[in-house]
Amino acid sequence: MLEISGLAASVEGTPILRGIDLVVPSGEVHAIMGPNGSGKSTLSYVLAGREDYTVTAGSVRFDGADLLAMEPEMRAAAGVFLAFQAPVELPGVNNANFLRTALNAIRRARGEPELDAVQFLKLARAQSKALAMPEDMLKRNVNVGFSGGEKKRNEVLQMALLRPRLAILDETDSGLDIDALRIVADGVNALRRPEFSALVITHHQRLLERLVPDRVHVLAGGRILRSGGPELARELETRGYGAITAAAA
Amino acid sequence: MTVPMSRGEAGFLGRFEAERASLPGAPGPRAAAAEAFRALGLPGASSGRRAEAWKYTSLRALAEAGFAGSLSVAETDMAMVPRLAATRLVFVDGRFRADLSDPAPGIFGSARAPEFGPLAQPARDPLVALNTMLAEDGAAIEVADGDDAGVVQIAHLASAAAGQAIACHPRHLIRLGAGARLVLLETMSGTGRYLHNPVSEILLGPDAALSHLRLQEEADDAFHLATLYAELAARARYEAFTLNLGARLARTEIHARLAGPDGFVALNAAQLLGGAQHADMTTVVRHDAPRGASRQTVRSVLSGRARGVFQGRIEVARGAQKTDGYQRSQALLLSDAAEIDTKPELEIFADDVKCSHGATVGALDPEQLFYLRSRGVPEAPARAMLVRAFLDESLDAVTHKAARAALDAAIARAWEREAA
Amino acid sequence: MPAVAETLETVESLARSGYKFGFETTIDMDVAPKGLTEDTIRLISARKGEPAWLLDWRFAAFAAWRKMEEPRWARVHHTPIDYQDIHYYAAPKAKAGPASLDEVDPELLATYEKLGIPLKERAILAGVQGANVAVDAVFDSVSVATTFRATLAKSGVIFCPISEAVREHPDLVRQYLGTVVPVADNFFSALNSAVFTDGSFVYIPPGVRCPMELSTYFRINARNTGQFERTLIIADAGAQVSYLEGCTAPQRDENQLHAAVVELIALDDAKIKYSTVQNWYPGDAEGRGGIYNFVTKRGLCRGARSRISWTQVETGSAITWKYPSCVLEGDGSVGEFYSVAMTNHMQQADTGTKMIHIGRDTRSTIVSKGISAGKSDNTYRGLVRIGPRASGARNHTQCDSLLIGDRCGAHTVPYIESRNPSAKVEHEATTSKISEDQMFYCRARGLSQEDAVGLIVNGFCKEVLKELPMEFAVEAQKLLAVSLEGSVG
Repeated sequence: MLEISGLAASVEGTPILRGIDLVVPSGEVHAIMGPNGSGKSTLSYVLAGREDYTVTAGSVRFDGADLLAMEPEMRAAAGVFLAFQAPVELPGVNNANFLRTALNAIRRARGEPELDAVQFLKLARAQSKALAMPEDMLKRNVNVGFSGGEKKRNEVLQMALLRPRLAILDETDSGLDIDALRIVADGVNALRRPEFSALVITHHQRLLERLVPDRVHVLAGGRILRSGGPELARELETRGYGAITAAAA
Repeated sequence: MTVPMSRGEAGFLGRFEAERASLPGAPGPRAAAAEAFRALGLPGASSGRRAEAWKYTSLRALAEAGFAGSLSVAETDMAMVPRLAATRLVFVDGRFRADLSDPAPGIFGSARAPEFGPLAQPARDPLVALNTMLAEDGAAIEVADGDDAGVVQIAHLASAAAGQAIACHPRHLIRLGAGARLVLLETMSGTGRYLHNPVSEILLGPDAALSHLRLQEEADDAFHLATLYAELAARARYEAFTLNLGARLARTEIHARLAGPDGFVALNAAQLLGGAQHADMTTVVRHDAPRGASRQTVRSVLSGRARGVFQGRIEVARGAQKTDGYQRSQALLLSDAAEIDTKPELEIFADDVKCSHGATVGALDPEQLFYLRSRGVPEAPARAMLVRAFLDESLDAVTHKAARAALDAAIARAWEREAA
Repeated sequence: MPAVAETLETVESLARSGYKFGFETTIDMDVAPKGLTEDTIRLISARKGEPAWLLDWRFAAFAAWRKMEEPRWARVHHTPIDYQDIHYYAAPKAKAGPASLDEVDPELLATYEKLGIPLKERAILAGVQGANVAVDAVFDSVSVATTFRATLAKSGVIFCPISEAVREHPDLVRQYLGTVVPVADNFFSALNSAVFTDGSFVYIPPGVRCPMELSTYFRINARNTGQFERTLIIADAGAQVSYLEGCTAPQRDENQLHAAVVELIALDDAKIKYSTVQNWYPGDAEGRGGIYNFVTKRGLCRGARSRISWTQVETGSAITWKYPSCVLEGDGSVGEFYSVAMTNHMQQADTGTKMIHIGRDTRSTIVSKGISAGKSDNTYRGLVRIGPRASGARNHTQCDSLLIGDRCGAHTVPYIESRNPSAKVEHEATTSKISEDQMFYCRARGLSQEDAVGLIVNGFCKEVLKELPMEFAVEAQKLLAVSLEGSVG
């Protein structure tokens, strides 16, 4: 589903990604782990199409199409969803309204009928409930005054509503307590089906205990240094990144 | 329709006509300035052009007064001038006094040879026209590239002889070369009735840094009308702090232009006014280059029938992206008859900027007052304490120790006078 | 359904291009010759069948106007207006005065339909339950139809064209006309006082809460005809009324002058809420054509505890010069000003408010949101004045500007004058742009650039939009998005 080959990218002239090769087949969950500054967030931004990240080499194909050629909203319509590490606030923009606008934009692009306000609210309420979120989160302004945990949950709620084909979770687990962590993992697990993939970027093994990945990749210095099964995450937890980065150097 | 000129305006022009042959320097700029002054008139005078910049301050009283030219008297009460630095330029009644001064290389007062810099706008500003027309002496400070000139004091003392109202128009030019540094302390004081109308032009080279402290303690019956222009090259820093305590009518007008990128300007001020005093802080910060920052906090405490004015404008030119401008004006009204007029203005022509201003006007917080009194502090000292705390927050910008001490002492004097 | 949930429709409207309401109706007009003299004023007064006192009042205003000059302090620039090149009177050719809607020229009604103006039963706007709206429709200078008169009459509310009020309720008109905006208040109000042709008159008797929202839709139609509306609203002791004013104008090339005067008077405990959505033709992308809108709006809180609230959404006109103000005379009275001003292309807006605190414990709130795009200039200009008697007065002002693109200007010019130590005044202003983070976040969720901007701008204006009656809020949101066309990317 997602094929990244030789991807290099820089931010304001500084190279961050230095040639990434990664294939995430349909139906699989892959984890990307790595120390701070290894390029994990850059990878997620490049995949979602942030303008100030310049791709200098390589290609990304999503279901065979050239992902890098698409505008951010086209990627969203194609089924790419980025759960932001630090979601931005949108003052005055009602969360439910935002979600309905986004959902209908995507549905329109997919040739599906749009939802009216009543249909949407029914769906959104059901999802909030399933994710054990307070209903007033829908009424509040997007991310404004949300705690760190609430922002992350809001991202998961959006993911559940938009039903992407590829979810990229950028350290969605950071700063979450155990309960919130379970909600995030359950949220992704609920989406798991043969035509759904996920790229889970994380520092910790914690999330991966509930959200068991098919593959684990170690990213450092803008390259993938090692790949393996779920056991690699446990190894990292006990031995740290040092051993791997040292071995690669 | 021509309105007859006021006594004051006619007096200034008459003096220019009488002395123009003997005034130092090239005559061209002076003649042009006289024309401008004739056309503009004094704001508030019946013949003066109405100007938005003078909405809240009228110079009618000045226009109706008569002034003699500056006098140089031998007897000078130097006790009125605090010594704040080893290098000191003293001006008495606008005249440079070499006998009382301690100059240093590059730092001297010019006697009867003012230097007109490139920044002043006599065609636009009537007081600058007046100054250019009649300027005699002034400080000339030049700090070479990379030099740190330390601390320099400029002391202005007006000693108007009994019954003789004088007017002086000193003209200062301060240049800092690339990477040069200077702390400039200006003290302004005097006795009697007089007009002190200085114009300063400040040119800062790349990476230069000027810290400029101005303590205005003019005599009760004085007019203090100061105009300053500062222009900053890339990465230069100009940090000005003005303390307005004296004069019946004071106006400080500062124009600071960030001509090069990454510059920094701070125009802070505090004013403590009582009686029938009127003090006006008017500033224009112009961002002409990207990534500049400007900061401004003006605090006013007004009692009696005093009137405080703050007009501050931040201008961001097209292309001055990433400008960061901030301005805050806060006023405390302590009496029923006091008045504050505030006009903070933003004029923005670039989209990627962060500019904000805020203004508050109010009285002392009754809860704070009650808290202090419930702890046993009587009302008068409690009020004094709160007023001091209010002013102190703005004084915290002044890091030079001797200067801070001088400012603190001046505030204490002013407050005592107010309380008496 | 909350009004904000309707932003989606905004997005659909964006797809339409050009000025949506740019069409012209052809109806035989009865037009006075161009130019302004005492004869013109006599003609207007005669056509209206006015009493002598009003003609004299007009003459006094005309005499004052001739001695005045156009104000120049606002940040607006335009070619000089030739006041002798304007028709000061135009009326749809008189039939014997339509007694009901059936008698109104069908083409006129068709125009209203195109505009989406809910006349007839459609006045009850679709989807909004229980919202009764009475419309006093002004077509050029003469009111041609008024609905719901009977319902209003039952509660004693007077809602009629001001020319009719002059005839039917002369004492009320004479008592209040010009008491809030004196004839010589300013150049444009003097001009209006001399030549006003029509407008609305509203009187709410003591203790009456007006049973429905009152609404006037203005429409400039005749070529080269200046519009000089005069509106007078009086809420007697304890009365309450909400008044809506909305405007659309047909597309045309010549600049058109509009100089309305609106006076509001609130007696003890009365409340007046005045809402405007202004969408006159702004001119084309190069700044050709468009309406010049020089309006004087002022409310007098004469009674104790009275309240006047202005809400405006200004998206149209080539030039907007407008400062809806409150004079807070009664102790404990309250003034409010909520404003969204959006400019695009070559538009110029200089708008704001004055809050004049005279009485004790008076309170005022100012919320102003300015959005500049294209090559436009957008200025907030406001005055908060606390008089010496206004003990305990409070003002809070929040003034935010949003810039879209680097060719426009946003300016904030507040005047704050306080002469009472117990008063408390707070003013905050910010200038910003839509952050790249916000844009990316929206786009990563599937929104197009234009949708994202529309959404963020509506969010930016929410504090003001929520003050509008619901049907207006929906229209205003669409307008904001339509007005932003071509400003993104």
